Amino acid sequence: MKRLIAFAAAPLLAIAVFSAAANADPIADRQALMKDQGKAVGSLAPIAKGEKPFDAAAVLAALNKLNEDAQKIDPAAMFPAGTETGGDTTASPKIWEDNAGFVAAVNKYKADTAAALASKPQDLDSFKVAFGQVTQNCGACHQAFRIKKN
Amino acid sequence: MLRKLLLLIVLGMIAGGAGFWFLSVPVRIDPAKLAAARPGDLKRGESVFWAGGCASCHAAPGATGDARLVLAGGHELVTPFGTFVTPNISPSDQGIGKWAFEDFANAMQAGVSPDGRHFYPAFPYTSYARMQVQDIADLYAYLKTLPPSDNVAGPHKLGFPFNIRRGIGLWKRLYLSPEPVLAIADASDAIKRGQYLVEGPGHCGECHTPRNAIGGLDKTRWLAGAKAPEGKGVVPNITGGEGGIDNWSAKDISYALESGFTPDFDSLGGSMTDVVQNMAHLDPADREAIAAYLKAIPAHPNGFPKP
Repeated sequence: MKRLIAFAAAPLLAIAVFSAAANADPIADRQALMKDQGKAVGSLAPIAKGEKPFDAAAVLAALNKLNEDAQKIDPAAMFPAGTETGGDTTASPKIWEDNAGFVAAVNKYKADTAAALASKPQDLDSFKVAFGQVTQNCGACHQAFRIKKN
Repeated sequence: MLRKLLLLIVLGMIAGGAGFWFLSVPVRIDPAKLAAARPGDLKRGESVFWAGGCASCHAAPGATGDARLVLAGGHELVTPFGTFVTPNISPSDQGIGKWAFEDFANAMQAGVSPDGRHFYPAFPYTSYARMQVQDIADLYAYLKTLPPSDNVAGPHKLGFPFNIRRGIGLWKRLYLSPEPVLAIADASDAIKRGQYLVEGPGHCGECHTPRNAIGGLDKTRWLAGAKAPEGKGVVPNITGGEGGIDNWSAKDISYALESGFTPDFDSLGGSMTDVVQNMAHLDPADREAIAAYLKAIPAHPNGFPKP
């Protein structure tokens, strides 16, 4: 019986250990994910600015990357209680004070990014619309939910 | 002897009170200076409106798009001096609907209300004092065309001694001046234009420059960054000094003002988000001028302590 319980519990334990490892450092995880999205935006911005020619395939690939990252944002796992401070986090206390508002902002970003990808922009003008739709979320969320510390 | 001493003390108090009264009196702008202004131009007034960032504090909190043109006030600025509540400045009876141009100019450049009281310098007239009178006239004309609001914003919530308005008169003697902050040798036209926008209407120094205990700007560390005037955190150093933006090109700066993106595609947050929304409306040459000025100013290390 004991063995049976141990056998049944093993996968649960493995999942628990694995998810703990994946989120061993939520501050580092969320910062890495934010930086990764910055990179994707950085590859798109020169096209929106007109410094690089429009390339539908490259745009789609970068939007796809951005969307993958966006959907990975998990407010509960990446901003758990206890990570309000620590490391060099610039998270605002408002994330925890108004968690519903924060989750809503994240969900809006996810929806806008998915829609931008689904629109598959085929020319510069439609790309600019999609790019604007996604990036308006950056400032809006950082306005309410981030503070500068250095 | 005792009676003489008492008399001396009373006389001293009267003299001190009279001195305070005299030195703290609200001082208006010379009417002759205002009379030189031509009737306002709406198109130019709109660009002054965006450069001046009026909507950041006077639009309803969280307003976006056209709602930012309804200057109903009611935004609370929670500072170490107390909580300031921004007033309604829409063209209505509750706002500035009845203000003459002279009233508006005195508010903007002398910090004096139509009924002759000091405004608190949370309203950045210390910067607006450096603006050209014609820009004030253009802005006045433009504000009169915006949608009216009948909102009545609540009173400020301030503790002693900051609740004594008359004390601002003494503060103004120390910190209110229409003179430029910096003297930049051989400045190009772009740098001069940038200096005007940053030091005047843009009022960048009000948040990006550290303040002393009584709220005066430390101009020896101009734009070196400061503790945030509201809440936690800091306002970044925008000089070329350590911790600042020396590795940003002029193009990076003007693009950040237009899009909100830093050179590594982080995005500007906090109250700068609103500033970017305003700056995005400017003529591109004006954003480039601001960048040229920021590349030309003295470098300082961060004006705030390490976290």
